[in-house]
Amino acid sequence: MSDVLLSVEGLTRRFDVSKPWLNRVIEREDRQFLTATADVSFEIRRGETFALVGESGSGKSTIAKMIVGLLEPSAGEIRFDGQKMDFASGAAMRALRRRFQMIFQDPFASLNPRWRVGDIIAEPIRTFGLLRGAAIGKEVGRLLDLVGLSARDTEKFPHEFSGGQRQRIAIARALSSKPEFIVCDEPTSALDVSVQAQILNLMRDLQDEFGLTYLLISHDLSVVRHMSTRIGVLYLGRLVEIADAKRLFVEPQHPYTRMLLDAVPDLALSGRRRTPVTGEIPNPITPPPGCTFHPRCPHVMDVCRKRTPASVGTASGQAACHLLTADGQNEARETTL
Amino acid sequence: MAPVHKSGPLLSVRDLVVEFPTRRGTLRALDKVSFDIAEGEVLGMVGESGAGKSLTGAAIIGLLEPPGRIAGGEILLRGERIDNLPREKMRRIRGRRIGMVFQDPLTSLNPLYTVAEQLIETIRTHMDVSEKEARKRAVALLDRVGIPAAARRIDDYPHHFSGGMRQRVVIALALAAEPELVIADEPTTALDVSVQAQIIDVLKEICAERGASVMLITHDMGVIAETADRVAVLYAGRLAEIGPVRDVIQAAEHPYTVGLMGSIPTLTQTAERLTQIPGSMPRLDAIQQGCAFNPRCTRAFDRCRVERPDLIARGEERQVACWLYDPAKEAQDV
Repeated sequence: MSDVLLSVEGLTRRFDVSKPWLNRVIEREDRQFLTATADVSFEIRRGETFALVGESGSGKSTIAKMIVGLLEPSAGEIRFDGQKMDFASGAAMRALRRRFQMIFQDPFASLNPRWRVGDIIAEPIRTFGLLRGAAIGKEVGRLLDLVGLSARDTEKFPHEFSGGQRQRIAIARALSSKPEFIVCDEPTSALDVSVQAQILNLMRDLQDEFGLTYLLISHDLSVVRHMSTRIGVLYLGRLVEIADAKRLFVEPQHPYTRMLLDAVPDLALSGRRRTPVTGEIPNPITPPPGCTFHPRCPHVMDVCRKRTPASVGTASGQAACHLLTADGQNEARETTL
Repeated sequence: MAPVHKSGPLLSVRDLVVEFPTRRGTLRALDKVSFDIAEGEVLGMVGESGAGKSLTGAAIIGLLEPPGRIAGGEILLRGERIDNLPREKMRRIRGRRIGMVFQDPLTSLNPLYTVAEQLIETIRTHMDVSEKEARKRAVALLDRVGIPAAARRIDDYPHHFSGGMRQRVVIALALAAEPELVIADEPTTALDVSVQAQIIDVLKEICAERGASVMLITHDMGVIAETADRVAVLYAGRLAEIGPVRDVIQAAEHPYTVGLMGSIPTLTQTAERLTQIPGSMPRLDAIQQGCAFNPRCTRAFDRCRVERPDLIARGEERQVACWLYDPAKEAQDV
C-alpha cells in the first residue's frame, strides 16, 4: 500500500458560460468559458488532513466535487488509492464511491427534510448493501452515539435539530459507509464559533479513532491552520502554494499567501505590522494574462505579466511564483542593478 | 460606576426589553439590555446567532419587524428619547442622525437606480443642497470610500460593482447625511477576508474622520478586536459582559466569554483541541430561571439557578453579569 491515498494531476474544469446560440449569432459573440480549476496537481497522504484555502471563486468547491465524482473534469486525472477514477464506468465508480464521502457546508440543505434521521443515516448502508435487517438500526444508533447524539434521535426529523446537531447527523451519515476519505466542504462556516469548536473537535476525534483522511475546504485560515497537516492555497483556480501547515503561516512563499495572512483580523492584539491589502479577485471569465495575481502583487515584474509561473519546490512544499523561478530571479537582479 | 463623559453619552440604552407576542405566549428576545455609546466611540456587539445583536440595532433605529415591539426600557440619543417617537419623526432621525450598514449590500441598494440617484436622493432628503452640490458631495464620498474613478462610476448601477465595491457604496450611503451614529450590522460577513480587511479599514477611518460613533454588530471576534474600542457580549438576549476590547479579549471574566474566546481557533495557538462550551444557546421559550447561561456553565452554583445576575461593575469601565463577581461572594471566598 502506498503512502499516497489520493493524487490529482493536471486537474482542469471549464464551464461553458456562453449566451444562447441565437444571441451569439446576432451579437456576433464567441463562446465564453470560465476556467474554474486550471491545471491543479496535489497529493493527499493517508491519515493526513489536506486543506484547500482560497477566496470565493478560487475553485475550491469545484475541486471537491470532481474528487467525489459529482463533476467530471475537463482534463487531468484523479487517482484514488492508485486506481484511476473512470467517470465513464458506473460500476467502477460505484465501488470507489463507498470509500469516500462528503460533508457539505449547509446542514439545512444537505439533509432531506422529509426523511427521518434514522433513514438519512441508513441510506448509504442500504445503497451499498453493507448490512441487513435489524443490524442497520443498531448501526445507526451506534453512529449517532459516536457523533454525540442519542440513539433515540432516529425517529426525529432534521428540523428538530439545531445547526450544529444537523452537522453531526451529516457526519454520522458520512461515516456510515465506513469510508477512508472524507471531503469536508466548509463544514463549519454556517455555524457559530462555539458550535464550530465542537464540530472541529469531533472531526479530530473521529480521525484519530478511524484513521480517516480528510480533504478540508475552507476560506477560514485559522480553522485550516488548526485542523490540517498540509495546506494548498488557491487563487483563481490555480494552486499558488502548497506547504506544511505550520510552516505556511511562519514563512509564506507566495505573495498571495502573505496577503491572505495579513488580512486575517488579529485576535491576539499583538499589534503586528501588516501590509494593507489591496484589490479584489478579477473576473474569472477574463483572467489577467501571465500570473493571475500580478495586478494585485506588490512584487510584480515584467515576466509576471507575460508568463504563467511554474510550480517550484520550496523548503516546505511548492509555490508558483516568478520570484522563485530562474527567469524571475534574473529579472529581479537586473532591475536592482 | 459607569464612566462619566463630559457631555454625556451619544446613545444610551436603558433596560431595553423587546418582545415577540406569539400564539404560544410572549417571547422575550432582549431582556433588560443597557449600554452607552460615547461620542466618537466604536462599540462592538458580539454574540452567536439568536443572541439578539441585530435586534438591538433594529430597536435603536426603529426598524423592529412586527410583531416585535419594545416592551420596556428607553433609548436616548443625546439625552432625548427616540424609542417612542411618531413614525414621521423617527424617519427624520434615521439616515440623518443614525446611519445604517447592513450585511448584504445587494439588498440595501436599489437595483433599479444608479448609485448617483440613490446617493443624491439621500443627501437631498436630509440636507438642503442643490442637485449639483449634492452630486459633488456624492462623488467626493465615493472617492473617499475608495471607489476608483468615482466621477465616472457614480452613474453605474449596483450590479456593475463587485461585492466589496458595493459595500463601499453602502458605507458612502450611510454616511451621506453625516450621521452622528452608524449602526453596522455584520458589514463584512458576506465578503472575502482580503476584502473584509479593506472594508473595515474604510469604515473605521471615515467614521473617525467625521467623528461618528459606530455600533458594530458582528459574530466575528477578530473584526471586533481590530476595530472596536469597547465590546458588549450578548447571550440569549441578555448582556453578559461589557468592557474595553483588550480587557475582554485577553482577560474575559464571564464564563461564557471565556468559553467563547477559547473556542476560536487563532493563527498563533498551539493547542491540539479547542475549548468547547457544552450544549448550545437555549431557545427563547426555554431560557432557564436564574442566569441564562447556568445549564452550560462549569462554575455555576446554587444562586445562579435561582436568581438572575445584574451587571456588576468591575473597576472603572467593565461590567459583568455573573454572580462569581458579586462583592458579597468574593468577600466570603476570601
